[in-house]
Amino acid sequence: MDTAKAPPPTSDASAALPPWQDPAAEPLIRLENVTKRFGDFTAIADLSLDIHEGEFFALLGPSGCGKTTLMRMIAGFEAPSAGRILLGGEDLVPVPPNRRPVNMMFQSYALFPHLTVADNIAFGLKRAGLPRGEIAERVAEMLRLVQLENFAHRRPHEISGGQRQRVALARALARRPRILLLDEPLAALDRKLRAATQFELVDIQERLGTTFIIVTHDQEEAMTMASRIAVMDHGRLVQVGTPEEIYEQPNSRYVADFIGEVNLVEGVVTAAENGRLVIDWAEDAAPIVTRSDVAAPVGTRVTFAIRPEKITVGAEAPEGAANAWQGRIEDIGYLGNLSTYHIVGPAGRRFKVQSPNRRRVARREFSWEDRVWFAFDETAGLVLTE
Amino acid sequence: MKLSRFNIVSLTLCFAFLYLPILVLVIYSFNASKLVTVWAGFSTRWYAKLFHDEAFLQAAFVTLKVALVSASIATVLGTMAAWVLVRFSRFAGRTLFSGMIFAPLVIPDVILGLSLLLLFIAMNIDRGVTTIIIAHATFSMCYVAVVVSSRLVTFDRALEEAALDLGATPFQAFSLVTLPVIAPAVVSGWLLSFTLSLDDLVIASFVSGPAATTLPMRVFSQIRLGVSPEINALSTILITLVTIGVITTSILSKRSALVRAGEAEG
Ligand SMILES: Nc1ncnc2c1ncn2[C@@H]1O[C@H](COP(=O)(O)OP(=O)(O)OP(=O)(O)O)[C@@H](O)[C@H]1O
Ligand SMILES: [Mg+2]
Repeated sequence: MDTAKAPPPTSDASAALPPWQDPAAEPLIRLENVTKRFGDFTAIADLSLDIHEGEFFALLGPSGCGKTTLMRMIAGFEAPSAGRILLGGEDLVPVPPNRRPVNMMFQSYALFPHLTVADNIAFGLKRAGLPRGEIAERVAEMLRLVQLENFAHRRPHEISGGQRQRVALARALARRPRILLLDEPLAALDRKLRAATQFELVDIQERLGTTFIIVTHDQEEAMTMASRIAVMDHGRLVQVGTPEEIYEQPNSRYVADFIGEVNLVEGVVTAAENGRLVIDWAEDAAPIVTRSDVAAPVGTRVTFAIRPEKITVGAEAPEGAANAWQGRIEDIGYLGNLSTYHIVGPAGRRFKVQSPNRRRVARREFSWEDRVWFAFDETAGLVLTE
Repeated sequence: MKLSRFNIVSLTLCFAFLYLPILVLVIYSFNASKLVTVWAGFSTRWYAKLFHDEAFLQAAFVTLKVALVSASIATVLGTMAAWVLVRFSRFAGRTLFSGMIFAPLVIPDVILGLSLLLLFIAMNIDRGVTTIIIAHATFSMCYVAVVVSSRLVTFDRALEEAALDLGATPFQAFSLVTLPVIAPAVVSGWLLSFTLSLDDLVIASFVSGPAATTLPMRVFSQIRLGVSPEINALSTILITLVTIGVITTSILSKRSALVRAGEAEG
């Protein structure tokens, strides 16, 4: 998981605060207590969210949690059962989809089967009444962007799945909307093309100031591209924050578990002073000592979360580490640049540890069944009370 | 699977029963003799005679006019009905309506003709070409509705939403996206209506007036005076027209099925 990340782009260099932290900033899109019901089923439950101009906002969540439904309400294909959607302060709900400055790339692509690739891309431009020369120019630019220059005159059923996805993307981008909704836009692309398209999207966003709302199942994609991420579950927002916040300070087990890999250890607080908690988690094992802002009095049941890459492995007990235990290597996963160790620690508790491979495989330090020490310091983990 | 001898025989018999009479009719339309049962050499004189027959030309004109106009009306109305039945799936009485639109497919022609006749009399409408057109449009509309709605059911609504999303008005979304995509079904519906109208004898007989005689009506009335080679020639022309209609329809629906397969894949 890539945790190193450039600071979120701010459109205005003088503004020190990102817009979502600035109470004076007007959001571009504001959802106020939006609820969407299909019959008895509640797909979106009392959801409130502000998205600012120029943001690259990622929606993350398991299948069926309501991401597409949320997008469809912003695009205008579903009306909320309750609540309001505001665009630049004005109520968006009564505006029909063809009048909204919003374009959507459909999860199913929805390409027009009777039109060529070029005509699909030109469709929205023609509706906007652009002059012919400009339409041709814009279409050529879009075809270049998605690398489909040689397929301009094919019909959608004559190109591959990944190519169709790129046509859908180009068609949504062509009108240069203020808000672009992308429903899993890159899922069918190979790694290289995906990286190139991600780069292009970020570039487009910076050049045109388009606000992107993107649904993705790929966390890495969300982490690398997004200015903020919203994690959803069953039609609710569980956490909204920058990629760093979501990764380093998940507010719940759900988020910690959903984003990246994590070791979750349950225990009871046995001492709490000066922002330092001592957590008992296994009999006959040294407790976890961690710094935490969480107000957890003695006796509280808590979950301690620690990412695999924050734990170190060694043949000897590390000096000065606040937390160190001995364990047995049960399994090793080789990932090229990294190796994942599954270590059985005290009380049979398994820990996942990730460490960089500084040496060639043949000279690897540890192998199966080795007894090793694993350790982390006081600030490496996070205490979750929920 | 290989055809067994039994299968070959039954298939041959089946097709013989179906097409032998038609074949005989077509052959005798080129007979030089006036006697229908005696072959006297090849000739196209009955066709020539037909095309100099004022009454025949008149009937042909009426038939074509009725078929063209009624098929067009039926296509528009049938497509609209199919659209509403498929799209607005949750209005009150939808099941009743969809049942009702298909009912004329199974109601006997005699009853349909009679009821239309009674309606026209009750409304005091003069019977003639117009009433035949109305009657034909009424029953072929149902066929169009069936053909078009079966296509609309598999039509991906997201296409319309995409069109709206890209700035098309609802009308543009329909005319620029929905209609072109379902066009093969609409054209099949039109051809089917056209063919049905050409074919129809019973309903037309009920609702026509003195000045309006269609070709099937003319054939039927002449038959009662005895079969003439002229009738054979006329029937051959009708059969040819109908065959062309049916073949075009099936080619169109096969082609659109192929396109749909490609669409579903995407
Ligand atoms: N028109 C509808 N009628 C009834 N239920 C619906 C409708 N549309 C969506 N739902 C339900 O709402 C829930 C959310 O659907 P949605 O399509 O928003 O999920 P999603 O988060 O986009 O999932 P995925 O990642 O699989 O695309 C699902 O449980 C779905 O079954
Ligand atoms: Mg979805």
